[in-house]
Amino acid sequence: MNKLLHILLFLPLTAFASGAAVPLDRAPVNYKNQESLQRGAAVFVNYCLSCHSANYMRYSRLTDIGLTEPQIKDKLLYATDKVGNTMSVAMRTHEAKEWFGAAPPDLTVITRSRGADWVYTYLRSFYRDDSRPTGWNNTVFDKVGMPHVMQDLQGHLAPVYRSETDHEGGTHQVIDRLELAKPGRMTQAEYDALVGDLVNYMAWMGEPAKGKRLNTGLGVMLFLFVFFLVAFYLKKEYWKDVH
Amino acid sequence: MEKLMNWVDARFPLTATYKAHLSEYFAPKNFNFWYYFGSLALLVLVIQIVSGIFLTMNYKPDANLAFASVEYIMRDVEWGWLIRYIHSTGASAFFVVVYLHMFRGIIYGSYRQPRELIWIFGVLIFLVLMGEAFFGYLLPWGQMSYWGAQVIVNLFATVPFIGEDLSILIRGDYVISDATLNRFFAFHVIAFPLVLLGLVAVHLVALHEVGSNNPDGVEIKKHKDPVTHRPLDGIPFHPYYTVKDILGVVVFLIAFSAVVFFAPEMGGYFLEANNFIPADPLKTPEHIAPVWYFTPYYAILRAIPPILGSQFPGVAAMGVSVLIFFALPWLDRSPVKSIRYRGPKFKIALTLFVIAFIGLGWLGILPATELYTWIARVLTVVYFGFFFLMPWYTKNDTSKPEPERVTLK
Repeated sequence: MNKLLHILLFLPLTAFASGAAVPLDRAPVNYKNQESLQRGAAVFVNYCLSCHSANYMRYSRLTDIGLTEPQIKDKLLYATDKVGNTMSVAMRTHEAKEWFGAAPPDLTVITRSRGADWVYTYLRSFYRDDSRPTGWNNTVFDKVGMPHVMQDLQGHLAPVYRSETDHEGGTHQVIDRLELAKPGRMTQAEYDALVGDLVNYMAWMGEPAKGKRLNTGLGVMLFLFVFFLVAFYLKKEYWKDVH
Repeated sequence: MEKLMNWVDARFPLTATYKAHLSEYFAPKNFNFWYYFGSLALLVLVIQIVSGIFLTMNYKPDANLAFASVEYIMRDVEWGWLIRYIHSTGASAFFVVVYLHMFRGIIYGSYRQPRELIWIFGVLIFLVLMGEAFFGYLLPWGQMSYWGAQVIVNLFATVPFIGEDLSILIRGDYVISDATLNRFFAFHVIAFPLVLLGLVAVHLVALHEVGSNNPDGVEIKKHKDPVTHRPLDGIPFHPYYTVKDILGVVVFLIAFSAVVFFAPEMGGYFLEANNFIPADPLKTPEHIAPVWYFTPYYAILRAIPPILGSQFPGVAAMGVSVLIFFALPWLDRSPVKSIRYRGPKFKIALTLFVIAFIGLGWLGILPATELYTWIARVLTVVYFGFFFLMPWYTKNDTSKPEPERVTLK
């Protein structure tokens, strides 16, 4: 136990630094843009939900982004038959581990742990790497187990390297940028917009109550400011004879 | 109405209690900004108890269900997100308010004779509050909950001879597990709140026995009206301080609501990003840091190098850094209480202490690099220096004479 404690406390935490090495692009998140959220929900159900679950998210909650229950049933309900169910996935954890090396994480609150910008950049940063079992790697998440599931849309990216000199004077190759090696069905702008919608949806799914939270907050603040005036003058009135 | 009151008063001291603690409890008339935080601490306590009760109705203390039940509260329980954000923000608010309340005690010498017991009860409240926060933090069963608890419980394992058994006793298992979650839930929702309420009660009883200190640090009971025997510089708590505290409550609620509604994660300091990942005993997070209110002590823990391969010195230093507050009434040898009449030595020492406390808190959040560890060591020395050197620098300070009566600024 002492050893574990020692590791936990005194690890120089180089791993921490490597996590934030790649600059992230800003995700176009806007919880008020219902059309974007609906498009994103469709992408999410089609591309993500076959391997990843969103176990805390009910299909019926999609009514919050302007969909009706019949619409949800017709267009988005593949994995289950009831809109009251959560977005679970049929794939079993141990099978997933065998296929990808790690079980695909649940995505309900992934934007709250990783951040929307990270997810947005990650989904646009897959590149061909034949040394990986899936044939794919990612500049944001090195040696990721997930293959590029939207490769038919984005196409194949290949890394362009540049030499970099480290502190000890040795040079090594690092990825400078990614270049399109094989076009997909979408242009880069179209693909970015699609991922933007998807991440917008995922950010919304991370906290569906956000809109209500902000609206309620405005009302509460307004009330408190009025209450402040009342409290201020009440105090002044009572205290006018204290010298 | 009068008949009813007489009936009650013959059986329960209702009117007498009301008079003793509100309408005829005489508080100094010169309370300033710093004197809001006592009543605010009481308010936060009530907020935490009420929001906690509602959370308990839907939370499941089970390693397989806990994380999901929190998300259930956030999504499917009517206003559940609000209850949860109030409780999570309340935890941080509690420490903000209590730290400011303690700071008030230090700058105006509120711990000095005859208020040593009030201070001791207060430090006990602080200790119980730390335990309460620690137990509660495990309950969402996220990665930070899990690994934070793992680190803290392992601290007890460093105690010589009994450490290993002690840590197993706390966990109820060899690792943090379902058994740990269950007992922490029991501690968090019943054991510690009961102790906390009892301590708050005695803290207040002791306070109302001797009367409140004030920014001048002089006793208002020394000058009483010869006829009414009321302190000349005292005013009844009700209505004067009740209406004044309402104003403080509103300002506090504005700040509190701003966080709850517009920044409930507070940039990752109140709700940490890693805690949105379910606890995974097989995957250690890359960077484990406690919640912000524990980071000064955590930085002290990390600053002390291990001796003979044992982490115990660091753990002991961390323990002493909290327990040393108990000794404050006897370390302070100044002839005056309030910072208003103290000399430069105390003021410099206090400034250094505040810098050390905030600096250690900041360092506790950051990864421990070699440079940061050395800064933390310097600040740790400053932190302890404030306490251990206090008998000398307070005794030899050039303090100004205290006024006879309180002053209104």
